[in-house]
Amino acid sequence: MDNQAKHVLLDPLVEENPIVLQVLGICSALAVTTKMDTAVVMSLAVVAVLTLSNVSISLIRNQIPTSIRIIVQLTIIASLVIIADQVMKAYVFEISKQLSVFVGLIITNCILMGRAEAFAMQNPPGLSLLDGIGNGFGYSLILVITAFVRELFGSGKLYGKPVLPVVTDGGWYQPNGLLVTSAGAFFIIGGIIWLLRMWKPDQMEEG
Amino acid sequence: MRHDIKYTFLFATIVCVVCGVLVSWSAVSLADRQAENAALDKMKNVLMVSGLAKQGEKLSAEQARGLFEQAIKPVAVELATGKITGAIDPAEYDQRAAAADPKLSRPAPPNPAKVKRLPKYAVIYEVVDKSGQPTMLVLPVEGYGLWSTLYGFLALDVDLDTIRGLSYYEQGETAGLGGEVDNPRWKALWPGRKVFDKNGQVAITVIKGHAGPPDTDPYHVDGLSGATLTSRGVTNMLHFWLSDAGFGPFLKNYGASRKDG
Amino acid sequence: MEHYLDLAVKSIFIENMALAFFLGMCSFLAVSKKVNTALGLGAAVIFVMTITVPANNLIQNHLLKKGALAWVSDSLAGYDLEFLGFLCFIGTIAAMVQIVEMAIDKYAPALYSTLGVFLPLIAVNCAILGASLFMVNRDYTLAESTVYGLGSGIGWFLAIVALASIRERMEYSNVPRPLRGLGITFMVTGLMAIGFMAFGGIQL
Repeated sequence: MDNQAKHVLLDPLVEENPIVLQVLGICSALAVTTKMDTAVVMSLAVVAVLTLSNVSISLIRNQIPTSIRIIVQLTIIASLVIIADQVMKAYVFEISKQLSVFVGLIITNCILMGRAEAFAMQNPPGLSLLDGIGNGFGYSLILVITAFVRELFGSGKLYGKPVLPVVTDGGWYQPNGLLVTSAGAFFIIGGIIWLLRMWKPDQMEEG
Repeated sequence: MRHDIKYTFLFATIVCVVCGVLVSWSAVSLADRQAENAALDKMKNVLMVSGLAKQGEKLSAEQARGLFEQAIKPVAVELATGKITGAIDPAEYDQRAAAADPKLSRPAPPNPAKVKRLPKYAVIYEVVDKSGQPTMLVLPVEGYGLWSTLYGFLALDVDLDTIRGLSYYEQGETAGLGGEVDNPRWKALWPGRKVFDKNGQVAITVIKGHAGPPDTDPYHVDGLSGATLTSRGVTNMLHFWLSDAGFGPFLKNYGASRKDG
Repeated sequence: MEHYLDLAVKSIFIENMALAFFLGMCSFLAVSKKVNTALGLGAAVIFVMTITVPANNLIQNHLLKKGALAWVSDSLAGYDLEFLGFLCFIGTIAAMVQIVEMAIDKYAPALYSTLGVFLPLIAVNCAILGASLFMVNRDYTLAESTVYGLGSGIGWFLAIVALASIRERMEYSNVPRPLRGLGITFMVTGLMAIGFMAFGGIQL
């Protein structure tokens, strides 16, 4: 793979992570990370839709009139998400029940719009595809880490299966209620940023 | 990129038409499949809340339909009078659509469950044993939680007081918090609780914290931690639907007819 | 009158879009470095919300919901177009944002360049779509929708300006280098969120 393509695909994982550097996709990172299974379902959905939307917008990028570009991008994104939701309701009903609630959150997930504006509008479809996959995975990485901490220490479970025996079930672990609230998610992501910037000092902001 | 108005209009129209067509086409062509899935899901939920199918058991469409036809009798009820009616076909009736139709519904009295409209008719399910004797009633309940309206079923024993199960088939509450209404461990707390206290008032309540076992603490169920408003929503909707505004009249009539019959 | 006042207080404080429902977080965290930019973005959000929530209410009640098309012709009364809801609401919001963007570009170009990509991102600000979706869910009238849109916008505005003020003050604090900027902002927002939980139990 040529160098530029490699950068486009891999940078969003750590160097330019959408959540912890670009500040995109926060709302859903708070809402769906109380449990691992919803975080994973959301991540897969975002990777799929982000890739499709980046490619679609990139294909018509030279035809879109500037004055209506936001609306056009949004229309394409919203349509893709709704079609994906309809297909899931028809073919994988159980999973779609979990995801239908978040459909609105995917359409407004600023990662989709942010990457459309910042990348797909200026780059060819091939690179836009890689950018979509890269950012999707960068987003998923943070989601999965946050969900892991929140579910494990917030309710003693992972993927719904009890791991730490909880006091209410006769065990010893007192679940950390704060982590189950969104405030807890803020602290965890703040912590991730702290650790990440200690590892990669060039991401630090000047005070 | 071109800037003239004509091109902009043309482009906008094309995008709207293409997207509109694709979305509508997917919605319409998949509508039947989706309706089937939804109906099947409802059947499975009625089976699960009445204990005829286990939680999370994988039932094929034929198995679910077979069990349903054997043991479940849909009954159409006129809410206001509480009488069983033949005015609608329970198999075809869509209660939610009726509630939105001004010809088939009326505004609900103000209530904390935020139920806006009451349909004229409701479909309840009688669960019968092998000899055809009713053992349970499954009543549809709905009410507002924190983010969404929760739709579910309450299974009542034929004594019309003991709860046999509560299960939601549609809700949009926060995953891990209010969404825990779907947690089998919380659902398992319901069987054995009682609805009406000694004065005949609806007493069942989702409390904050822990409730004791059903025999010593029959009117309380553990709250969902971190989900006060969803828990309150559950209490409010049960109070509404079991009161005279909801299925109250039907339960009174049913109880009376069983004593005579 | 009292009912509308209740609704306003509820939407500004008790159900604050940013700190109780955690909507609109991306712009909230990214644009809160300086109070002036926060004021600008917050004002834009108030404007967009106050217009789009009632506009979407009209669209919902006269075009989308079951039976809504009856005013065009009786034969259309059976149609239920609610699945087009997301698309229509987002369309109204995007159109408003496009107009706001052109206005800011013309009359406040400094603000335009500071906001950068976050100006078009108002269109996907989940707070704005969220307000329209709540309005549909709770079946507000046109007047209630306007009050609700205005209130929610003001609530979000207050939250972002508060955060920006805190961040400006923190310039003089000794924050550990890896936490400076985004990291400490997350933590502060978490603390603000805990503070707003105090409003959670209030029933008006």
